[in-house]
Amino acid sequence: MTPGEQSPLWEVFVRSRRGLSHNHVGSLHAPDSEMALQNARDLYTRRGEGVSIWVVRSADVHASDPDEKGPLFDPPADKVYRHPTFYTVPEDLKL
Amino acid sequence: MPEQDQSQRERAFQARIDAEETIEPRDWMPERYRATLIRQIAQHAHSEIIGMQPEGNWITRAPSLRRKAILLAKVQDEAGHGLYLYSAAETLGVDRGELVQQLQEGRQKYSSIFNYPTLTWADVGTIGWLVDGAAITNQLALTHTSYGPYARAMVRICREESFHQRQGFELLMHLSQGTEQQHAMAQDSVNRWWWPSLMMFGPPDQASPNSAQSMAWRIKRVSNDELRQRFVDMTVPQAKALGLTLPDPELSWNQERGHYEFGAIDWDEFARVVGGQGPCNAERLACRRAAYEDGAWVREAAREWAAKHPAGRSEQAA
Repeated sequence: MTPGEQSPLWEVFVRSRRGLSHNHVGSLHAPDSEMALQNARDLYTRRGEGVSIWVVRSADVHASDPDEKGPLFDPPADKVYRHPTFYTVPEDLKL
Repeated sequence: MPEQDQSQRERAFQARIDAEETIEPRDWMPERYRATLIRQIAQHAHSEIIGMQPEGNWITRAPSLRRKAILLAKVQDEAGHGLYLYSAAETLGVDRGELVQQLQEGRQKYSSIFNYPTLTWADVGTIGWLVDGAAITNQLALTHTSYGPYARAMVRICREESFHQRQGFELLMHLSQGTEQQHAMAQDSVNRWWWPSLMMFGPPDQASPNSAQSMAWRIKRVSNDELRQRFVDMTVPQAKALGLTLPDPELSWNQERGHYEFGAIDWDEFARVVGGQGPCNAERLACRRAAYEDGAWVREAAREWAAKHPAGRSEQAA
């Protein structure tokens, strides 16, 4: 296979059963969305793992920068008042 | 990048590994860690893909519809496992087409076990029991490997492989308890596959030069010799249950160590097979290349179709 001949990469998301959201399970190559769905069905749901599949072109997924992890995700750490455990209420009450 | 930043990053990377955190695709990683993983995952993927051939050989000659359906499902799983692994390798920034090309040009290896021929139907059972048994032993350890996508692929593969091993055991059980001829066929098959199965864990620890770094990076979690011992300890009682013997006169229980002792492995044979001189090396690669070339028109047609129907026909997700 010459690398240029490669069809696009797709990320695959599977809903394992109704009531749950789609989860990322892996990726595959396919020339279009229809074949990506068919391939995803053969590749990722051989044992009844899903009731619905999404495929998304990998090139269309934008991700946060791991080096920015601190600035992006640390700020909530000092906002403990966002958690219910921050508050003191009478112990014998259901609240 | 200035040298100091580089060594700082490497220290932070190792600290993360030592804390048993996984490394994820977009994290910074040393180039050698990336290269080692690409090589290992690609070899693993190639092994699954080439591994379809020895058993695929028997699909049209399976003795019953039940066995045929099982074998088809198993070989399809091997294809799936290869694709999970190529998918994991691609998260490291390598092109899948390049990996496939390297396999087909003989520039990347696959497990040497698949260079042995499947001479009888019993070999389908023995491959499931011994070869997949050895693979599971190795892959269970890899479910804790430091690179996230590789570890996740291993979890999925291990879950699926357990059926492979059990169907092989069951097949051999039937043969072993069948006619005298069937029993002899099962025994002959185990005799041929036992030693190559032990070689699947790779060279002995003292002769495995890359192991120390791979252990430090937690790519590898358990040494070759330790995995091999686990496999032997697990397999000996299974052979007894099958009513079959393992072809090693030195096989004996060591009460003190709490392990089975086994005879010396022929590492010259291993080197010959890895080096391309095994019974089926040329045949396996020729078959892979032919399958690839024969599929060219399908890929071309699919590409043409996609180009003519850019919007596709599938539903928009909601």
